[in-house]
Amino acid sequence: MTSHVLVGVAGAIPEPLLRAQSVAGKFFLMFFAIALFAVVFGLVLLIASLFKGKTGERFQGVLFAGPAVLLLAVGLMYPAILTIIQSFRGKSGEGSFSVENYQQMFTEPELLLVLRNTAIWVILVPFIATGVGLVYAILIDRARGEAFSKALIFLPMAISMVGASIIWKFVYQYKQTSRPQIGLLNAILKALGFETQQFLINAPLNTFMLIIVMVWIQAGFAMTVLSAAIKAIPDEILEAAKLDGVQAFKMFRFITLPSIRPALVVVITTIGIGTLKVFDIVRTMTGGQFDTSVVANEFYNQSFRYDAGGLGAALAVLLFVLVIPIVVYNIFQMRKEA
Amino acid sequence: MALYSKRRIVALTGVLAVALTATACGSSDDDGGGDSTSGGNSSIDCAPYKAFGDLSGKTVSVYTSITAPEDAPHQASYKPFEDCTGVTIKYEGSKEFEAQLPVRVKGGNAPDIAYLPQPGLLKTLVATGAVKEAPPETVANVDKNMPDWKQYGTVDDKFYGAALGANVKSYVWYSPQAFKDKGYEVPKTWAELLALSDKIVADNADGAVKPWCAGIESGDATGWPATDWIEDVLLRTAGPETYDKWVNHEIPFNDPAVATALAEVGKILKNDKYVNGGFGDVKTIASTSFQDAGQPILDGECYMHRQANFYGANFPEGTKIGPDGDVWAFYLPSVDESTKPVLTAGEFVAAFADRPEVKAFQTYLASVEWANERAKTCGPNGGCVVANKNADPNLLKGEVDKLSATILTDEAATSRFDASDLMPGAVGSGTFWKGMTNWITGTDDKATLDYIENSWPKS
Repeated sequence: MTSHVLVGVAGAIPEPLLRAQSVAGKFFLMFFAIALFAVVFGLVLLIASLFKGKTGERFQGVLFAGPAVLLLAVGLMYPAILTIIQSFRGKSGEGSFSVENYQQMFTEPELLLVLRNTAIWVILVPFIATGVGLVYAILIDRARGEAFSKALIFLPMAISMVGASIIWKFVYQYKQTSRPQIGLLNAILKALGFETQQFLINAPLNTFMLIIVMVWIQAGFAMTVLSAAIKAIPDEILEAAKLDGVQAFKMFRFITLPSIRPALVVVITTIGIGTLKVFDIVRTMTGGQFDTSVVANEFYNQSFRYDAGGLGAALAVLLFVLVIPIVVYNIFQMRKEA
Repeated sequence: MALYSKRRIVALTGVLAVALTATACGSSDDDGGGDSTSGGNSSIDCAPYKAFGDLSGKTVSVYTSITAPEDAPHQASYKPFEDCTGVTIKYEGSKEFEAQLPVRVKGGNAPDIAYLPQPGLLKTLVATGAVKEAPPETVANVDKNMPDWKQYGTVDDKFYGAALGANVKSYVWYSPQAFKDKGYEVPKTWAELLALSDKIVADNADGAVKPWCAGIESGDATGWPATDWIEDVLLRTAGPETYDKWVNHEIPFNDPAVATALAEVGKILKNDKYVNGGFGDVKTIASTSFQDAGQPILDGECYMHRQANFYGANFPEGTKIGPDGDVWAFYLPSVDESTKPVLTAGEFVAAFADRPEVKAFQTYLASVEWANERAKTCGPNGGCVVANKNADPNLLKGEVDKLSATILTDEAATSRFDASDLMPGAVGSGTFWKGMTNWITGTDDKATLDYIENSWPKS
């Protein structure tokens, strides 16, 4: 029903509207889109209001969920299924059925390296970022200047991945030891009397240098969520533990940690999923050169640069498959809490 | 119940909105189209374009990899055509061109015209069926003005892309003043080039100044300057026939002839004594951007930098380019003086629509009138050499442009198009770039060539 209306209205729009060039035209297009949204929404409400009673409510439910389900189907499910099909149809994604892409993915040394790098990322980033965030949250908890300390580590979250990558590229900048340094890290090395290093070129060091950037961004997120969770621990428990004479470490191990476990799971899995998809940092800082490529970056390269849509699709499917267990685990954990 | 009546009001508002918008649509429809009826006051002969009918008010969209500051002079060269026909050229330049264009074509959102820097990409796009054959008027211009370039725009005996801009890649940039001060001569043979390099090393025993500087970092395209090196040297050590076979994969990518060429390049690029002046050791070549790579010439930290004619645009404003200027370029010498191979490159015009205004514009871009207008409206950075051999070279402003035009039309020179641009995209703008980058950071010759050979698309 809704789709029918959408198509009907879209068909009536004169071409210049959809390809608006002038500022006024673009604004008009925007208002038109908003109006269209209002109309569809209004129609859904109107139709929903026609149904009454117990069975009517069921219809209303379907009607309200309809547009969202439709959009998900068109925008998410359909492309996902297409991608999976494509991944089984040879290198270009247009041939006949074969598992060649998956075979290549797990045998070609260059692609194995990509998988290895992704594994390093996924293992290190969530745990280091969460660890740093947790320690920080505990250290500043109820300390003086807590808000300021929090803002300090949370700020990187406000910077886009590309922006952060450019900043860190400057930090890692290499100049010969004998020259004035413009990279912070090499300036420090030089001041301490060491040779300057090409951090982004020397493998496997460079992958770890990129991971630091991701940790820098994500630690703030971990800290914020965990700090809130720590604050939510009931005072009675803390007081009871104190009265029992529990030491600081045992307090953390037996009181704090179990209390914030749900928050920890959410943080680790969220960062884990984000890390699996990491693309911006690698592409901005090394372009995947010098043995630093990861799955998402390689997927882009294969699909859009090497004209190997099938192999690219296979890499995307791999990402999808890797994300599933994390999401499932997350959902189970949330169910347990609920 | 109150809830229900509220819903009705919202619903009514929605319906009202659609009615309003519909009326608004109707009125905006009327003032579409255009009213520009021009055509009189152009600086060129408009007759060839009148043949395509009345085109006034039409639009042709152009999508290219040429971005600021080079885009403005390019657009200026369309003016006579726009004046003649009343067509508006809508220009869009993007640094993500190579990756975005196939996406746009596949998504049914192709531009009318795209300037492809790689014939290999043209081949890929023709295979999708989206590229239109060039109209007979354009073909006539190409036959007359750039017959040597026709093969690169041809796929399966059908002609698609007329050449547009042209580049000469076989240049070594240097400082005439520095050479004069030290008494260095511009080398005429490959042996002399290496001898000069050794002499510079000997003259700078402390290693602070080196004979060569190089850089292959170029974002997505990192590695391409290194592919130019091996191509240029292969043309010299193995000759054009072997080069052609290599391009067409009639000999494998890791043929002994190629191995010889790569070893020869390695004598310079992988020699810590020779490189990388101003930047550090060999590995810094991989992280130095190609724009920065030649700058140490100005500071006297390196003496030579091999890069195409367009490199001139990267020197800071006020740098005098010319035989007596701050920087100048010499022809990368051949093995001896008996042969003169030249590595070239250029863009090709591909059309994804066959409307009359698109055909007319294609024809204009292949004309002498456009080539001359391009030279006349050329920006301060130069880079306005065209593939059109009938263009007037005296209109070119830049010294390098003039030299390039002379080399391109030199009967004694043997031109070959940049091999990486001709190879299939997976190799030419994929593994070849990547392989050469890894070669710089440490992979040996054999492993590099084997890696690229193995990546050549089967079938």
